[in-house]
Amino acid sequence: MAESIEPAIRQFIAQNFMYREGIQSLRDNQSLLEQGLIDSTGVLELVFYLEKTFAITVGDDEVIPENLDSVQQISSYLRRKLTPASQVCVA
Amino acid sequence: MCGIAGFVGPVPGDLSATVLLKRMIDAIGHRGPDEQGIHIDPGVGLAHARLSIIDLSSGQQPMANEDGSIWVTFNGEIFNYVELAERLRATGHRFRTHSDTEVIVHSYEQNQEQCVDDFNGDFAFAIWDSRRRRLVLARDRMGVRPVYYMQIGQTFAFASEVKALAAIPGVDLEIDPIALDQTFTFWSPIAPRTIFRGVSELPPGHMLTYQDGRIAVRRYWSLQYPKRGDAKPISESVAAEELHDLLVDATRLRLRADVPVGAYLSGGLDSSVTTALIRNYTKSHLRTFSVTFESSEFDESEYQQELVRALGTEHSSVLCTRDDIGRLLPQVIRHAERPILRTAPAPLMLLSQHVRENGFKVVMTGEGADEILAGYDIFKEAKIRRFWAGSPGSPMRPRLLRKLYPYLVGLQGQPQPYLEAFFRAGLDDPGNPFFSHLPRWRMTSRLKQLFSDDVRDAISDYNALEDLSGQLPAEFGQWGPLSQAQYLETSLLLPGYILSSQGDRMAMAHAVEGRFPFLDHRVVEYANMLPARLKLRGLREKHILRVAMSRHLPETIANRPKQPYRSPDAESFFGKAQPEYVREMLSEDAIRQTGLFDVPAVAKLVEKCEAGRASGFRDNMALVGVLSAQLLHMSMVGKAAQGARQVAHAAG
Repeated sequence: MAESIEPAIRQFIAQNFMYREGIQSLRDNQSLLEQGLIDSTGVLELVFYLEKTFAITVGDDEVIPENLDSVQQISSYLRRKLTPASQVCVA
Repeated sequence: MCGIAGFVGPVPGDLSATVLLKRMIDAIGHRGPDEQGIHIDPGVGLAHARLSIIDLSSGQQPMANEDGSIWVTFNGEIFNYVELAERLRATGHRFRTHSDTEVIVHSYEQNQEQCVDDFNGDFAFAIWDSRRRRLVLARDRMGVRPVYYMQIGQTFAFASEVKALAAIPGVDLEIDPIALDQTFTFWSPIAPRTIFRGVSELPPGHMLTYQDGRIAVRRYWSLQYPKRGDAKPISESVAAEELHDLLVDATRLRLRADVPVGAYLSGGLDSSVTTALIRNYTKSHLRTFSVTFESSEFDESEYQQELVRALGTEHSSVLCTRDDIGRLLPQVIRHAERPILRTAPAPLMLLSQHVRENGFKVVMTGEGADEILAGYDIFKEAKIRRFWAGSPGSPMRPRLLRKLYPYLVGLQGQPQPYLEAFFRAGLDDPGNPFFSHLPRWRMTSRLKQLFSDDVRDAISDYNALEDLSGQLPAEFGQWGPLSQAQYLETSLLLPGYILSSQGDRMAMAHAVEGRFPFLDHRVVEYANMLPARLKLRGLREKHILRVAMSRHLPETIANRPKQPYRSPDAESFFGKAQPEYVREMLSEDAIRQTGLFDVPAVAKLVEKCEAGRASGFRDNMALVGVLSAQLLHMSMVGKAAQGARQVAHAAG
């Protein structure tokens, strides 16, 4: 499961935000904001996709560039959310 | 209103002058269904399609002066014709009619090209001065009425719409890639350039002379603003009074007609003002019209009804559904004759049809107020961004951005950092002349990703912003920031989209003439010189207008915040009732055929729309932009050439 995160993210971005360029041209550490690939409605599409595909809930305060602005950042964020430790309730 | 057409030089093809003029004027017959007229002299032909509004019995055109040496074909109104006629009669000119048209020929006799300086109106006209063997074309100051021209070999031709030029043998329309680039940046090509190669548009406030085979274009009026910090010291109460009086007079002049005048009542401040002014200064029974929508995101009926009650008008409205928009787009593009990025013109075509069906030919409407009195959100955005630029690291300052769009539910849900990223464009360079418009233009420019390789190659390293920068008036840098932003909006978007695609073309499709008190040049000149604080007080737009008009309007309307006129975009073209042309126009074959867009890129966009996932401005603009460009190409490129060739063949 963990290995297929980056390809899935790349595929989603290429399909939804990149009209022209192919997946190949998107580098994992490339800022989506700076490239103009994602705007304020686009990020909500991304959040919806992540919640649906990976069965997580993205908090309002988690919708920040640090978590979502590149393939690398999105993957790291996802891995943190999917790690069992993060689901443990703090007593 | 009317349509005009004509030529100077040899008649192209194997046609007679009469047949050519008839073809040209028939192509724009929708602009003037009441009468047609032509005038032919050796080497020149003028044609006119009339929408009779002033002097119904004798105002036929083309019209001449006393001795027939000066002829005019004219689209529009000279609202101060009564006063001008008096002055001209006093200096010996003899009038045969009661029309405003006749004022033009006598004024030209008197003052030649300087005659336009005296005209208060919306106009596009052609004068044939037979003594000097000179054709003079003129267009009004703000760009209300259109006139296009082109050179075909030795022949110079002009017309109200490009379709009349396309009727000339030898005319083969092609899309100009640079104009496409400009459209996908500024929402419009920059006049005199049009979307068609070789076809020019006379810019607002300009005149053209064609003499001895040579074209000379000159500007007779320009938008002027005070130097930064130099706006005349004026109190709010005095400004309110003066603006009020100017608007009253502008409206009074625009009520001059031999047919009844109605009004559009969108529910917003501007049309409320124009309607209230008619109501208060004329005994005429007031008939108002509006368009309504299914979704509350776009609909303004509640405000419309409130105004109807307050002003006691007889009102009717027409509902515009998504299906209507889908169905109407081809007709919209045939009339607009350019690609568009929003569907907003479509409901206005439905509205003008409704007006016509109710027996009206003329409507008063509020366009122009947002440009000259700072009504648009873009002006507030620019102000907030400048404030933010003063302290770019501040987390607090950009939060003001959210206050801008209370009506956009989707936007309220948007995360702050992403909202900021959009508005951050150009923040590091507040001195940039385009500071106010950079977010919009940058966002729109992303659509160029959809261009085909051929279009990209043709555009090469052309830079639209650099081009525009070179065309700014010399004084631009001395104006204050609000004036600069207003100049950009008033000189580009207003004539290039609002008055054309949304205005004249949609109304003229059903032979309805719009009249615009806010575009009376005296009102424009006055508003331009007002200090910024009277127009945008804090974040309160059109402040001085609210103060000036508060005595005429219910408080809720006088205080109503801006709700931009919008209509459903991409959603109008997908779903169960999808019109057939949509699938055809967006198909791989069609995209290949026009060669304007990239096949896989469009396929991705279409897939997104079909899945209902096209949200946000970018996808919606992309879909409407691509679809409208395809429709434009299919209806006017190639086929026009084919048609003309067929005609030439038949005649030969």
